[in-house]
Amino acid sequence: MSKARLLRLLWLTGLVGVALAVTGGLLAIFGVSPAQGFGAILRGAFGDAPRILSVTAFWVPLTLAAAGLVISFTAGLWNIGVEGQIVMGAVAASWLALKLDAPQGILVPLEILAAMAAGGLWAALTGVLKTRGKVHEIFGGLALNNLAVILTNYLISGPWQPPEGGTFRGTQPFPDKAMLPLLGESRVSPISLLITGLAILAVFYLLRGTIWGLRLKALGKSPRAAFLLGVSSERQALLALMFCGALAGLGGAVRVLSWFDSLRQSISGGIGYLALLVVMLSGFRVLLVPFISFFFSAVLNGSISLQLRTQLHSSLGGILAGILVLLVLLFGEVRLRRIFPRRRRE
Amino acid sequence: MRVELRDIRKHFGAVKANDGISIELEAGRVYGLLGENGAGKTTLMKVLSGFHKPDSGEIILDGEPAHFGSPAQAQGSGVGMIYQDPLDIPAVRVVENYLLGHDSQVTLRFAAAVRELKEYAGQLGFAVNPQEYIENLSLGERQQLELIRLLALGAQVLVLDEPTTGISAEQKELLFSSIRKLAKDEGKTVILVSHKLADVQDLCQHVIVLRRGKVVGQADVPCPTDELVRMMFEEIPPRSQRPSQVQEGVVLELHEVSITTEHLSLEPVDLVVRPGEVFGLAGLEGSGQRQLLQACARLIPVRGGQILLGSQNVTRWSYQRLRESGVAYVPAARLEEGLVPGLSLTEHVALTSEETSFVIDWPALHQETRRRIDRYQIVGRPETRVDALSGGNQQRTLYALLRSPLRLILLEHPTRGLDVRSAEWIWQLLFEHVGSGGAILYLSADLDELVERSDRIAAFSGGVMSRVVRADQATAEELGHLIGGGR
Amino acid sequence: MNESEFVRALASILLQATPLMIAVCGETITERAGLVNLSLDGTMLLAAMTGFVAGLYADSVLAGFLAAALVGALFAAVVAFGSIRLRQDPFAIGFVLTLLGDDLSAYLGQNFTRIPGPTVSHLGIPLLKDLPLFGPVFFDQDPVVYFSLLLVGVTWWFLFRTQPGLRLRSAGERPEAAYARGVAVNRLRAVYALVGGALVGVAGAAYSLDIKIGWSEGHTRGLGWIALAIVIFGGWSPVRGALGAMLFGASKSLAQVLQSRFPQVSVVAFNATPWVLMIGVLILVGSDATERLIGLAPRRSQAPLRRLLRVTSPRALGKPFAPGESGED
Repeated sequence: MSKARLLRLLWLTGLVGVALAVTGGLLAIFGVSPAQGFGAILRGAFGDAPRILSVTAFWVPLTLAAAGLVISFTAGLWNIGVEGQIVMGAVAASWLALKLDAPQGILVPLEILAAMAAGGLWAALTGVLKTRGKVHEIFGGLALNNLAVILTNYLISGPWQPPEGGTFRGTQPFPDKAMLPLLGESRVSPISLLITGLAILAVFYLLRGTIWGLRLKALGKSPRAAFLLGVSSERQALLALMFCGALAGLGGAVRVLSWFDSLRQSISGGIGYLALLVVMLSGFRVLLVPFISFFFSAVLNGSISLQLRTQLHSSLGGILAGILVLLVLLFGEVRLRRIFPRRRRE
Repeated sequence: MRVELRDIRKHFGAVKANDGISIELEAGRVYGLLGENGAGKTTLMKVLSGFHKPDSGEIILDGEPAHFGSPAQAQGSGVGMIYQDPLDIPAVRVVENYLLGHDSQVTLRFAAAVRELKEYAGQLGFAVNPQEYIENLSLGERQQLELIRLLALGAQVLVLDEPTTGISAEQKELLFSSIRKLAKDEGKTVILVSHKLADVQDLCQHVIVLRRGKVVGQADVPCPTDELVRMMFEEIPPRSQRPSQVQEGVVLELHEVSITTEHLSLEPVDLVVRPGEVFGLAGLEGSGQRQLLQACARLIPVRGGQILLGSQNVTRWSYQRLRESGVAYVPAARLEEGLVPGLSLTEHVALTSEETSFVIDWPALHQETRRRIDRYQIVGRPETRVDALSGGNQQRTLYALLRSPLRLILLEHPTRGLDVRSAEWIWQLLFEHVGSGGAILYLSADLDELVERSDRIAAFSGGVMSRVVRADQATAEELGHLIGGGR
Repeated sequence: MNESEFVRALASILLQATPLMIAVCGETITERAGLVNLSLDGTMLLAAMTGFVAGLYADSVLAGFLAAALVGALFAAVVAFGSIRLRQDPFAIGFVLTLLGDDLSAYLGQNFTRIPGPTVSHLGIPLLKDLPLFGPVFFDQDPVVYFSLLLVGVTWWFLFRTQPGLRLRSAGERPEAAYARGVAVNRLRAVYALVGGALVGVAGAAYSLDIKIGWSEGHTRGLGWIALAIVIFGGWSPVRGALGAMLFGASKSLAQVLQSRFPQVSVVAFNATPWVLMIGVLILVGSDATERLIGLAPRRSQAPLRRLLRVTSPRALGKPFAPGESGED
């Protein structure tokens, strides 16, 4: 490994260390030793088989959404609306699960398609608001996120409520044939792992090996030059958003058809926003996404266990993730010459 | 105030904008600073007015050396510059723009400012509406306000950078009479940077000519125009024989095309470009030729008139549609508009090639890129990023990306920043396109190039196109005249 | 609804709108200088929690507000430093801080949820409060409301009637011209980012110490984003922004009233209102459709209509400024 690369790796490791130190400090403030706290998190993530499966189940929608976001970021777009696209995917899948009577072999693929379509269309809505309504995709996405959640809550407490009465927790549970085939007694679907892996490869391939990916890259780096070289910016931006929405919707479907058995109030619970952090940390390199996503899943799931053990709020996991991303954003690109300046006459 | 510039040097990268310039300016006189694009006039004045720090050399005001860290400091010492696009704030009112940086008093003294504005305006013969927004004013009015503002701040030395481009005749007369008064009655030192020989003859008492960063001559006005032109433009070598490849027919036809942009209004233009023809547009920046070219490329809207490609009316077509009909537009800003920084040569070829399928065949494209690298003699490899190429190679890349065959190529500054060999080679390439029936419409600041390469030339000045001249009958003087706004 | 109910409703709207008004003033200042602080939502959450806790410990509402202001300034400092000095994307930094602010407030405030604490005491202004209609609405409130009203006025005066405010605006409109007039553009942007951020912090505390007393997870969630949208809708003017804040407050109250009148209409409509309104106002002031509608109006009323319905952002908003050398002639 070249000297520059080694130094860079060391530098990034240092930043990780700082993030861990800050998190350790936060633990200490509340009287929990960092060792105890981190230990609890690790055990919470990897302590036993059910826990590992829980991390895995979280990893799937997170990675799917992040993979989609790599595409939209490549095109230079801030798809904050990914959270709502996950939710709408779950809603669409739930709709078919509750209303369509068909054998599992037909029902499940249809649910998946519906979820991807719903996510894609919800994203298209953000795109149209941007191109026609001149509403920045951050505001459009945000508003649509909240509207998606409101819709979910309405469905849960109203038309789709369980027969014994609305509990505001979730809808009526889905019939078995609507669910994805699960691994043994767990709530993880092996197919979803396969799909996720395929999605990562698909994104990698699309960006590397297709003309569409190249057009998006050009668009994201220099919209003006891309336009002059023949890329029709509006259309490509819309397609990029829809692609991300479709993958996010797929993540929502997986979540609602395996981990949960019904549409829940916080069906996404911030996975979309977390996916944005994953992509920022990955430097928009899709092959790094599954690993960073796994790290975040472990930390976040472990934090829930931390809460059970130490009564400390599980948001600590999110804090660790956030601080790490912030440090890398701010200082990740520090020119090595700033640390080792060399007197040189230009 | 007496101004002396001693051995001023300033470079940007490899370009020596000012290469050892020494001049002396007396108080109470109006000086003209003449020179082609790239001669170094604006850089020199930006050094004088504190915008740039010179690499070496001194500025001496009334015998005292002066060091300016910023334009505001220069203003404090009495040196003010009015830019071609005045540095005002479009979104505020006249009176607010006047007050910005005027003093350090916390509350804005609107009433006093209005009084001052009206007083100065009255003295200079301007009409001022203090409540109007700057963005609603014409360029001439904005200049007047800048002049007032600088005088109110105590400017003794006034630099005007190309003030007469884009203002009306009346506004020009008004400006000139106010300048004469300021110099004669109040002893200000005024420097007029311009390429318009007629204006310089009209207003200035002494002329300094720059070429390639050096002073090549000075003269007292009146001075024969021919002599000024000779100083400004080098001798043009006799044109080498190139057989005319112009054919019958029409590739591009412009019918009374008029354009209005924020900065410029182009008067109706009639133009015909034939197959096999190379048509050059001359004129210094801001004269309208770039706007015309962009309108032909359908990048900016046309106010009135028609554009015909062959027999089709393309006035309302989109850029993309035009591009697909065999028209190419090559911008001058290589890295900002023509190429995507961060993408490699192969990726650019992939983007622009018609044969690229959805699934990219990288090996084939690499091969194609290598072919183009050879053919266009680009110093670089297929995987080299375009922002790592030198300027000349970036230009070659732009041409390597053009499709073939093309009906019409629209070019901005085709050989800017290239050495002679590269330029020659590029033109051989362009002539090949022309040989197969295509046409070229291009703009250039290089008179040599225009005369040497074109079949016909037209010049732009202040939004007006001159008559069309045949390149093989054109002389440097004639072109210089036309560029300077003559008939 | 009789008259006194109506007046009480108006007073309540103004009270509810107060944190938004303060936040909008703060972000208007920041954006007028040319910088976008996207972290508002996270800032307000963390500041609301900090303000409450600090007020609790010091048993002083003032201490709470000061602590909240510090938090707001700190977040703004990160955005300013990261974007100006380190040349990183202010959107990315702001967004991460939004999430961090949320999580930090939930974590650090976990022991302080749903407990009582200090509140801002009522302070009716004698004589003025008895004026018909205006009295109870504007003069029978608490100091925070008076502060926000004053703030709107002061901010407006500062931006449009003073030299420092003029310099601020020039930095956001045309930094090259500002630089030529002696304005230290980047330093000015950083300073005003801090000022704006501090105000946003105060807005967060205004919520937890005055409007919805106390702290709970996600206490002010959403307010920061709405404030960002109102800055745009308000055309980067504090007065118009304040009206926008009141509009949002009114829509909330209206939805509440309609909810109680028509209970069969689901609570969905009530919750969705601010978001639909956000999209609606942004489309109104930004889209081409509005321009075409204006074109249909009678010629004479077009210019005032345009001034009312359209907004132009500070021209240099979001564009970094580097007084560097450029080679040209």
